[in-house]
Amino acid sequence: MTTQEVGRPRKRKEDARLLTGRTQWTDNLSRPGTLHVMFLRSPMAHARITRVDVSGARGLPGVVAAFSGQDFEAEQGSLPCAWPRSGDTVVPDHPPMAVSQVRYVGEAVACVVATDRYRAADALEAIEVDYEQLPAVLDMNEALGDSAAKVHETGNQAFTFRETSGDLEAAFRDAPVVIDRTFVQQRLIPSAMEPRAVLCDTDGDSFTMWTSTQIPHILRTMLALVTGVAEHKLRVVAPDVGGGFGSKLQVTAEEVLCLLLARKLGRPVKWTESRSEGNLTVHHGRDQIQHLRLAADADGRIRGLQVELLADMGAYLVLLTPAVPLLGAQMFNAIYKMDAYEFACTGVFTTKMPTDAYRGAGRPEATFGIERMMDELAAELRMDPLEVRRRNWIKHEEFPYTTISGLTYDSGNYEAATDRATALFGYDKLRAEQNDRRDRGDPVQLGIGVSTYTEMCGLGPSRWFGENNAGAGGWEHGSVRVLPTGKVEVVTGSSPHGQGHVTAWSQIVADALGVPFEDVTVLHGDTAISPKGLDTYGSRSLTIGGIAVLKACDKVTDKARKLAAHVLECSPDDLEFEAGAFTVRGTGSQKTIQELALAAFAAHDLPDGVEARLDSDVTFDPENFSFPHGTHLCAVEVDTETGMVKIRSYVAVDDVGKVVNPLIVDGQLHGGIAQGIAQALFEEAVYDADGNLLTATMADYLLPSAADLPDFALDRTESPATSNPLGVKGVGEAGTIASTPAVVNAIVDALRPRGVADVRMPCTPERVWRALEGVRR
Amino acid sequence: MPRISVTVDGIHYEEDVEPRLLLVHLLRERLGKTGTPVGCDTSNCGACTVMLDGKSVKSCSVLAVQADGCDVVTIEGLGANGALHPMQQAFHEEHALQCGYCTPGMVMAAIDLLREDPDPSEETIRQGLEGNLCRCTGYCNIVRAVRRGAQEMGQAVRTP
Repeated sequence: MTTQEVGRPRKRKEDARLLTGRTQWTDNLSRPGTLHVMFLRSPMAHARITRVDVSGARGLPGVVAAFSGQDFEAEQGSLPCAWPRSGDTVVPDHPPMAVSQVRYVGEAVACVVATDRYRAADALEAIEVDYEQLPAVLDMNEALGDSAAKVHETGNQAFTFRETSGDLEAAFRDAPVVIDRTFVQQRLIPSAMEPRAVLCDTDGDSFTMWTSTQIPHILRTMLALVTGVAEHKLRVVAPDVGGGFGSKLQVTAEEVLCLLLARKLGRPVKWTESRSEGNLTVHHGRDQIQHLRLAADADGRIRGLQVELLADMGAYLVLLTPAVPLLGAQMFNAIYKMDAYEFACTGVFTTKMPTDAYRGAGRPEATFGIERMMDELAAELRMDPLEVRRRNWIKHEEFPYTTISGLTYDSGNYEAATDRATALFGYDKLRAEQNDRRDRGDPVQLGIGVSTYTEMCGLGPSRWFGENNAGAGGWEHGSVRVLPTGKVEVVTGSSPHGQGHVTAWSQIVADALGVPFEDVTVLHGDTAISPKGLDTYGSRSLTIGGIAVLKACDKVTDKARKLAAHVLECSPDDLEFEAGAFTVRGTGSQKTIQELALAAFAAHDLPDGVEARLDSDVTFDPENFSFPHGTHLCAVEVDTETGMVKIRSYVAVDDVGKVVNPLIVDGQLHGGIAQGIAQALFEEAVYDADGNLLTATMADYLLPSAADLPDFALDRTESPATSNPLGVKGVGEAGTIASTPAVVNAIVDALRPRGVADVRMPCTPERVWRALEGVRR
Repeated sequence: MPRISVTVDGIHYEEDVEPRLLLVHLLRERLGKTGTPVGCDTSNCGACTVMLDGKSVKSCSVLAVQADGCDVVTIEGLGANGALHPMQQAFHEEHALQCGYCTPGMVMAAIDLLREDPDPSEETIRQGLEGNLCRCTGYCNIVRAVRRGAQEMGQAVRTP
């Protein structure tokens, strides 16, 4: 009897090479004769380009070529936006290299190709560019006014979107309680630890691109569409990729330009960004102004919720820019029942780096908004924030439940997660201490923050994408082949960049085929090896890609059963399959699937209609999203004299359905929670009045270190997903979605008796102190 | 061009280098030691941390000429005879890495931390690793791994 692999805390197969430096980061790779590319970037937020002269760079030592935007004009196409969800979306032309106008600081205006990066950097200095400055457009409200400069000829509105369910007017009419708040979701810089890099080579006929991407498959198709390089002549490889968090879910200007440079020069070219370049030009995340109104009965029951968002698109619409805030349309109502709901959003162009997916993409923003509102409602009613949530959430016996915004949550148990979290947290004891500190007038006040979240992930059902104007679907591909020696090769269309797919998929396959965990290898991230896929984002890998692999295993066992019946001279129906072996029921005679693989390979004695291979190929399209949920509780100590916030304890009880590998799940939650806390306390992309990014380096953009964060206490409840055979839900974004409001709610909770009702993120000591000062005056 | 003499992971090199060449670029682009990655350009992230004469340095903040006459150990030279160093092993056991990009620097910084405090508390570890950023793990398992690595290394010293 073999041990079940799914559910075991297997140490990762990926670790060995990462721990010893035998890594394949794109910047580690080289081809004979590789040339290095550097881009000259606009120092202006908004300007007409009146002259670019690259001649000074040509002829400098080591310089092979120098180009301006005009040199690419005929072939560079326009960077794609694949999800203009709202019908009125304006998708402006977006040349990979600016030709006549720049719209954000950092936009590429010229490039140098040289024999090494030092030579290339020297030569950039010799390029001359003249600009005619135009007014920067930075504030979303001003951008929509009549007097604002236009980012694009069509104006500064990218789209409007509105969806209403129920009778909103009735919900607000005579409502005993109406809460009206405006929250700001600041702009963030995703900051994956590996900077982007691209290496592109050609043999004169076809092209291979190695790039630090989450989406090799989507990128290949998009590069073909943008540049006209035939898709079958283009191979894209995502080698080791050092984190993404959505920031590498993109078709970048640099990828397009490196492909064009390899084509122009007929030589391998490589570009590796510096971190400062990356802060300017890797898409940013969040950046919304949220105006929320909530109507409730006197007992706390929600009658209606109205959401009005302004979402900063930045200067252009990149791959998913306009779709990200609109994921909020299904999410602001969260775990709560209500009579009426309206979601409206206006996308706004500004002269800043475009925004796009960053860990959670639209759902952290929504969860922050509603969870802040629930605390405001509780405060208004002088009710415990958990109690007001209990009165409104979907009860566990009500699943499956179709929400007011139209999604059907398949499973969940908010009561169980909350009960476990409050017990682990010592909720009542901390409330007692909080009261004690309040009574004493302690300068260090205690705050308790609650976040009871859910989210839609496992993106997603192709039918839903189609109904919502997306350019592609949401299936995933998996294939499994049992080699002649019985070892198993798995190919997945998911493209990992730190998640641990190789380990987790090995566990799934080991169980499904009854083979040892060690006998499974997983291949990915190369369109020549993994020909089909929709890649990794939206916490979709396990719930779609993992299930595709499981279904591929089922197909393999079906094939093996036919062969086993032939070899064992019985009917397929007489065979039991357990622990990797087919046994004729009631006898001892059996064949393992690994033995059958050799028989299939030898093909000496195959039944009619059975091919000489034990392999399979599956695409899986989910019937629904996955809805992880949980209760996060945060206790903060706020020094009312300095504004300093210290997280004293953090408890997270998450329900991600069945768990394949608890080590990996906990790791995802740890990292996710840290990123959400970072939004609450530390991070913000800041532009000055001229549109210069002030946080363009890691010295200026505050990423938390180990010294800035506490340990997290984690636990789980388990409500298996009913939408897939493993019962699994996504976990990649859950921590980030949950933690930001937990922290801010805790800070506001600490200061509410002193009259503070909100602190804008990031809640730096200065912001907290000023919030207190504003009240003191 | 100045000529430098440097030992990297036990191999001796004589190299002619531009005075402005960074140590990390010498390692990565001249000597093929790509195990040490670069994560930033302001010496904040620590991904490029190596040992220079037994002390951790951020190799993006050291010129190659400054390493003249020095002994450099990178993540690639840490293990002995094909076995992982106890700190590398501890990172594996505790799932202290996800994407792995910060890992080489984090492991080197952790080993250096133990030089000063062989049995560090959680607080000491957190403060001691302040110069090394990780975006994946939230540091929880890194802290555990360093504790474990410290215990293993203490063990290794005690049992001859």
